[in-house]
Amino acid sequence: MPPPIRLKDHERDTRLIRRRVLFAGVILIFLTMLLMLRMYYLQVVQFEHHSTLAENNRIHVQSLPPTRGMIYDRNGVVIADNRASFSLTLTRERAGDWEQVLDSIIEVLELDSDSRELFEKRIRQGRRPFEPVPVMFELSEEQIARIAINQFRLPGVEVAASLVRYYPQKEHFAHSAGYVGRINEKELEKLDPVNYSGTHHIGKTGIERFYEDQLHGQVGYEEVETNARGRVLRVLNRVESVPGLDIYLTLDSRLQEAAELALDGRRGAIVALDPNNGEILAMVSQPSFDPNPFVTGISFKAYGLLRDSLDQPLFNRVLRGLYPPGSTIKPMMAVAGLDAEVITPNSRVFDPGYYQLPNHKHRYRNWNRYGDGWIELDLAIARSNDTYFYDLAHKLGIDRMHDYMTRFGFGRRVALDMFEETAGLMPSKDWKRNRYRQPWYPGETLILGIGQGYMQTTPLQLAHATALMASKGKWHSPHLARTIGGMPPVVDTEESEDVVLRNSVSWTAAQQGMENVLHGARGTARKVGEASQYRIAGKSGTVQVVAIKQGERYDRDKVQERHRDHALFIAYAPAENPAIAVAVLVENGESGSAVAAPVAKQVLDGWLLDNEGVLKAQYQTAAQRAQAEVKP
Amino acid sequence: MSRGFDRVLSEGDVLRRRASILQRIHIDGWLLFLLLVLATIGLFVLYSAGGKDEGLLVKQASSFGLGLAVMIVVAQFEPRFMASWSALMYLIGVALLVVVDVIGHNAMGATRWINIPGVVRFQPAELMKVFVPMTLAWYLARHNLPPTFKHIFISGLLIIVPFVLIARQPDLGTALMVLVSGVFVLFLAGLRWRWIVGAIAAVVPVAVGMWMFVMHQYQKQRVLTFLNPESDPLGSGWNIIQSKAAIGSGGVFGKGWLLGTQSHLDFLPESHTDFVIAVLGEEFGLVGIGMLLLVYLLLIARALVITLQAQTVFGKLLAGSITLTFFIYVFVNVGMVSGLLPIVGVPLPFISYGGTSLVTLLSGFGILMAIHTHRKWIAQS
Repeated sequence: MPPPIRLKDHERDTRLIRRRVLFAGVILIFLTMLLMLRMYYLQVVQFEHHSTLAENNRIHVQSLPPTRGMIYDRNGVVIADNRASFSLTLTRERAGDWEQVLDSIIEVLELDSDSRELFEKRIRQGRRPFEPVPVMFELSEEQIARIAINQFRLPGVEVAASLVRYYPQKEHFAHSAGYVGRINEKELEKLDPVNYSGTHHIGKTGIERFYEDQLHGQVGYEEVETNARGRVLRVLNRVESVPGLDIYLTLDSRLQEAAELALDGRRGAIVALDPNNGEILAMVSQPSFDPNPFVTGISFKAYGLLRDSLDQPLFNRVLRGLYPPGSTIKPMMAVAGLDAEVITPNSRVFDPGYYQLPNHKHRYRNWNRYGDGWIELDLAIARSNDTYFYDLAHKLGIDRMHDYMTRFGFGRRVALDMFEETAGLMPSKDWKRNRYRQPWYPGETLILGIGQGYMQTTPLQLAHATALMASKGKWHSPHLARTIGGMPPVVDTEESEDVVLRNSVSWTAAQQGMENVLHGARGTARKVGEASQYRIAGKSGTVQVVAIKQGERYDRDKVQERHRDHALFIAYAPAENPAIAVAVLVENGESGSAVAAPVAKQVLDGWLLDNEGVLKAQYQTAAQRAQAEVKP
Repeated sequence: MSRGFDRVLSEGDVLRRRASILQRIHIDGWLLFLLLVLATIGLFVLYSAGGKDEGLLVKQASSFGLGLAVMIVVAQFEPRFMASWSALMYLIGVALLVVVDVIGHNAMGATRWINIPGVVRFQPAELMKVFVPMTLAWYLARHNLPPTFKHIFISGLLIIVPFVLIARQPDLGTALMVLVSGVFVLFLAGLRWRWIVGAIAAVVPVAVGMWMFVMHQYQKQRVLTFLNPESDPLGSGWNIIQSKAAIGSGGVFGKGWLLGTQSHLDFLPESHTDFVIAVLGEEFGLVGIGMLLLVYLLLIARALVITLQAQTVFGKLLAGSITLTFFIYVFVNVGMVSGLLPIVGVPLPFISYGGTSLVTLLSGFGILMAIHTHRKWIAQS
């Protein structure tokens, strides 16, 4: 039997709701009485207490800003310091007619009306009562003296000492450590107003920005009793601030200096890292700038000069500079080809000086237009033979190429703790369809095989891929912080996936080719290799800045200086037991092997040789060590 | 059955009077009068709290005017019409919340606004304060009361989805008000007492879970400061300390209009928004607060009468929920400023400065008026 159907009983529903409404009404009156009782308690029972409290509202809370953590290089050289600096503060409640006081300040210090506007704006920014607001920073001794003499005219005005960030290394670490600047209104909205109540500066770029939370510390406060005129009579309660954590970077200031010297004033970028753990040892982006003026507020004119300079000193080439990798991609392509089994170490390709797709007229040129004849992998890398890699790319195809190069970190962010890193671009069929609404053409696969075309990489990505070559695919994300407050930084290992090959012999074959670039009889950079005390594995690259038409040749005299080819070189050493991997980019340097390779060699020397120019003992091979023992 | 039918026709459910002009344009005179009284009190207090800023007054008054217009428009709709569209409006509201959620997280910060430049700019969360109780009332009114387990479960889902989305913005104050408005519908629909007691008993473990996994640092901070305001005198503790001093120093009769020292010497933060009642308490004393609460009670009493006189279950449930939620606004705001409840950022209705809350509140009263003035008539013989 089906259950009885319940008819809608409006009458019953109405009675139910009526009961509920009446119940709610009773509760509601009860709660209102509770509120009135509370008010009675505050306004009648505790009236005396609150009345005196309000009458003598003299207890004020002042925040004690924490000291910002220091930044050191790996050897303890100070990169970011805190220096005592004097600023002028004004407390509105004590000043009386504060606008008039402001006029007096302008008059005493002989400033212009622009400064007055700025001061007024700073005073009007959100603040708690009786809080001194800094209006002017970095007072000179003369200005302090003038304020002291005229103190009687300036009620509520005080000279306060505070700690301000200072970068003793100036331009050397501007692109890695970054700098702090005054908190702007946009940042103010997102900040914790309590913890930043006494802080005026915040990290803007680099490490200063990335580790802002750790560097800043925890605010403290003190409750003070003041007299009717606002002068502090005594401190009632004090909770100390907790200083920010010190950060030791992985950078080595000596190597940084050596790398900058090696660039010799040319525009470019250098990244050196330890392939065994991903620690960045040197990070150069030239030209650079002095970050100190940014701390207290750079003048509009000085900023304009930096911003509009053709050399782009503010531009971080290491993290944001996008360059085609050129021939430096060839060792990774070789690994891809070997692993995909489209080539073997001994398979040969005939090079007549160009490569043609079947049934196509277009000739893809080798850099050596006479051709290298029959050629196999080892020589193809050492000679940087384009024809071999056109062929390899054609056999591999764009899909597999995209897959392998992504595993090498191209087209994605690789750094752990760097602010505003660019992902670069590793093109694929999907990417081109979305970007240009066009299919992928076979010719584009070919030029991708020699690192030209759509592909764009940052110097950091190149250095990281070189480290992967050196470590046989063991992924260590590049990072700048070595310890934070004495502890190693927390690492998110999700992004890092080792490059695992079907047969690890493929690594050895590609590495052998890279060694022959410097030490083989026909290597492109054999001149650099000849003078080396240790074995280097490397690869040069020269990439076009402007396109060259079919049938024409690159003629340096015809090309403007800024349109000349970029020179690239990647290397790691010692080849037997890699301790450092480096990527060098010289903008408009023209030749990877002749210009960038010697720079890379100097950087490697800076890390591997001691002060007397002798290979450090821990980097010597067993044979060299034995030889060194015999000599003395 | 026939006995009940007779009673329906013979008692006060059926109107036998000729419609007055106000009723013809679907306005309830009592509600309108009390709303205007509240708005006037609000403007007086605001003038003092906002530092004698006429611009602020003009803005608030025009927001109130806009709110009245919205209220009158809403009052023209048949409650049956509202009921039939409520489900769709609910879905649209939830969709907008999802949109805000996505935009907000892309913009790396809290975003509560839908903003089509030049056309419209509003917070979808405000819409849900109306749509959630309306949808629940529609849903529950379709079945026999009290609701069965299945109906309660579905109602719970209808409440929880917008609650979570709003809390994620993060705007715990609004999220709680939406939750409360939905729960009131369930309560009025006759949710069984054992369920209510059980839910209250379940709050404890849920609260512990929220504390550990859901709440943001700043929300935890608010609860901690509530328990011990002196622990954080630099931040939110400052507000409570100062607002208590302001109210307490007002005494029985207050210091007089525009003479409150706490509010005028900048000691009281947010004095014209969430903490406005502290200004009233300081300047008009216990008497002033008592008067204000009395006006609120009269308004609520009238709204409860409307609830009882509503002819449909949908109308009763919706009107009752709007009324009780309105009371919760008052209670939570006064409670938090006087240090009884944690600071959750709920404005004081019609007194606090802010256009959005005014328009939302007044559209709620528009619904009440619609329910009251669209009742079925029997022609006078």
